[in-house]
Amino acid sequence: MAVQEKTGAEALVDIMIEEGVEYIFGLPGGSAIPLFDALVGRNIKLVLTRHEQGAVHMADGYARATGKTGVALVTSGPGATNTVTGLFTALMDSIPLVVVTGQMPAWTLGLDAFQEADVSGITYPCVKHSYLVKDVDDIPRIMREAFFLASSGRPGPVLIDMPKNVSGARISPKADTMQLPGYSVPKAAQDAEVARAATLLAAAKRPLLLVGHGAAISGAATEVRALAETLQAPVVNTLLGKGVLPETHELNLGMLGMHGTAYANKAIIDCDLIMSIGSRWDDRIVSKYDEFCVNAVKIHIDIDAAEINKVVKVDLGIVGDAKTVLRQLLPRLVKGDTADWVRQTKRWRRDFPLKFQKEGKLRAQQVIQELYRLTGGKAIVTTDVGQHQMWAAQFILSESGRDWISSGGAGTMGFGLPSAIGAQLGRPGETVVAIVGDGGFQMTLSELATLFNLKIPVKILVINNHYLGMVRQWQNLFYDNRYSGVDLEGNPDFVKLAGAYGIKGFRISRSADVRRVLKAALDHPGPALIDAEVEQHDNVFPMIPAGAAHKDMLLGPPRRVLEKPTGGT
Amino acid sequence: MDRFVLSALVQNNAGVLSRVSGLFSRRGFNIDSLTVGETSDAKLSRMTIVAQGDEARLEQIEKQLAKLIEVVAVHRLDPDRSVFREIALVKVKASSDTRASIIQIADVFRARVVDVAAESLIVEVTGDQAKVDGLIELLVPYGILELARTGIAALSRGPLVLSLI
Repeated sequence: MAVQEKTGAEALVDIMIEEGVEYIFGLPGGSAIPLFDALVGRNIKLVLTRHEQGAVHMADGYARATGKTGVALVTSGPGATNTVTGLFTALMDSIPLVVVTGQMPAWTLGLDAFQEADVSGITYPCVKHSYLVKDVDDIPRIMREAFFLASSGRPGPVLIDMPKNVSGARISPKADTMQLPGYSVPKAAQDAEVARAATLLAAAKRPLLLVGHGAAISGAATEVRALAETLQAPVVNTLLGKGVLPETHELNLGMLGMHGTAYANKAIIDCDLIMSIGSRWDDRIVSKYDEFCVNAVKIHIDIDAAEINKVVKVDLGIVGDAKTVLRQLLPRLVKGDTADWVRQTKRWRRDFPLKFQKEGKLRAQQVIQELYRLTGGKAIVTTDVGQHQMWAAQFILSESGRDWISSGGAGTMGFGLPSAIGAQLGRPGETVVAIVGDGGFQMTLSELATLFNLKIPVKILVINNHYLGMVRQWQNLFYDNRYSGVDLEGNPDFVKLAGAYGIKGFRISRSADVRRVLKAALDHPGPALIDAEVEQHDNVFPMIPAGAAHKDMLLGPPRRVLEKPTGGT
Repeated sequence: MDRFVLSALVQNNAGVLSRVSGLFSRRGFNIDSLTVGETSDAKLSRMTIVAQGDEARLEQIEKQLAKLIEVVAVHRLDPDRSVFREIALVKVKASSDTRASIIQIADVFRARVVDVAAESLIVEVTGDQAKVDGLIELLVPYGILELARTGIAALSRGPLVLSLI
């Protein structure tokens, strides 16, 4: 008898194993049964989630924490459409994912069959690339291409839509040679560009390095540090560039932008040269395009050519991998004469520190700062989106680019818990804390069941102000304090909720209890949730109103009524 | 605002047209016309896209197009060094009184009459967009019943070839 050839689904799993996939996050359905069947008895751990959005965020958190490609597997129709937010989140932040969606048999496509959706069409703008597999023999090639595309160049999510008749069909042995004639990955920069950058940097009296996520992805920590120290140039980092240069480093001024530190934003105003290393000049940091660093020379290193001159016109754009380009640049650098400039930034740091009110009710900032102290800056921190995220960005000083996991570009609420689960699986020995708001947490809290099943020690810190706090802040500052749709009355008792899922719950409501309760929760060997009942009406400062210039940054509550911001959210 | 012509070689895969047109709408770039057809290599299609915008916008469009995995090469065609051709079919009202003068106008444009009916003619014209626009303008007073334009096909003159690299 001839040897039975393997199915498409089995071939798919084979390649995942060869690509080093440890975990698949997912939820099955009719169209995905052959794919789930092929996982039985194989050396890949399947994490069954409670919702497909959770599955993609878990794969995302795993990818951010490890640098490896995250994998999710779901079914057709609503299973696939539930991944859209996760795909978009990963695309905006350049996260390598391979997401496989089951699909109805190919002959039903376009006929509105049960759970049949145009998944390719729905996801085109949310992926780096996607495939609708029509021939089982294409599976090896497509899987190779998917993993290569997801992780190379500017990483991103790749979606593979797999009709049931294709995953279930027998495959004939076929080469898996990639066919990507339109894809190339920039590495090194041209010598002339590097020389020009060195000349511009040498001439600068007040240089500033803007470190973004691209530097973290590229693994350029050593090079960024060498650059900053050789030039004696202060560093600011974006939300996703946190920790590439440790935020405790004396040259690091922390996060810039809308809720960045005052000293970082003051450096933006006064620098005479700014060099972006893997940041895309997002509107959160640039704010007012025509008043951004108008007198500074602008250099931009990015692996994605389309980011050069997209929103900020630069004097020198260098397309290449951050680590490689910095290695080319370092031998050409001369030590800068920047002592006055560095002293100035230190004066700003002393004169305009991050601060918060300590009297009265429990403050979110105190809880977060205490968490930072207790973990010695060694924890992997994930967040949701909103006030708690900005406070965490301010008060958690990151030591590494892979220890801060937050949805930056997309601003996806509900990201914190599932991404923490993925991060903990990727880095099992480490402390992982999801800092979430009471609003965002309720969007994906069904994954508490996944967390309980996994028995991994993720800690969830709910900064509970019973509001959609960031929107409330805007309504307070810019809309005459008219609250609309922000009061989260009817929140559950989160401690009891955790208990219902078999997870240990803690509560903090007084500032005197913060350290003791946090310590008890961190020392608890399994997963735990801490409900921090904080002051309801605190606002995040500093704040540059959206679309305003950096010089118009608010350091604290304004004394007058403010105009509605001109920029986006 | 300038009008510009981009020529792109794309992999001949299902969905590539959606990706390209979706990119244009997503990024807010208006397309005047888009034509697509197979090349001499069956694995590749050529897209010719006419759009409008300033230099910065054009730079963005070119880069965003080049970023699509299935776009193999993109090139902006210089109008002075390229051949642009479009076909238009114009169904125009024609009575026994006006038929002769319409045919005369068509002759001047080296257009052909490809259908004659009791009350209408179809004129086929080939040329760059200015020529096609010119003929249409002259036919408007007679009453245009229907108009179909192909959008332009374009190649650069001389040895320059948009290749796989």
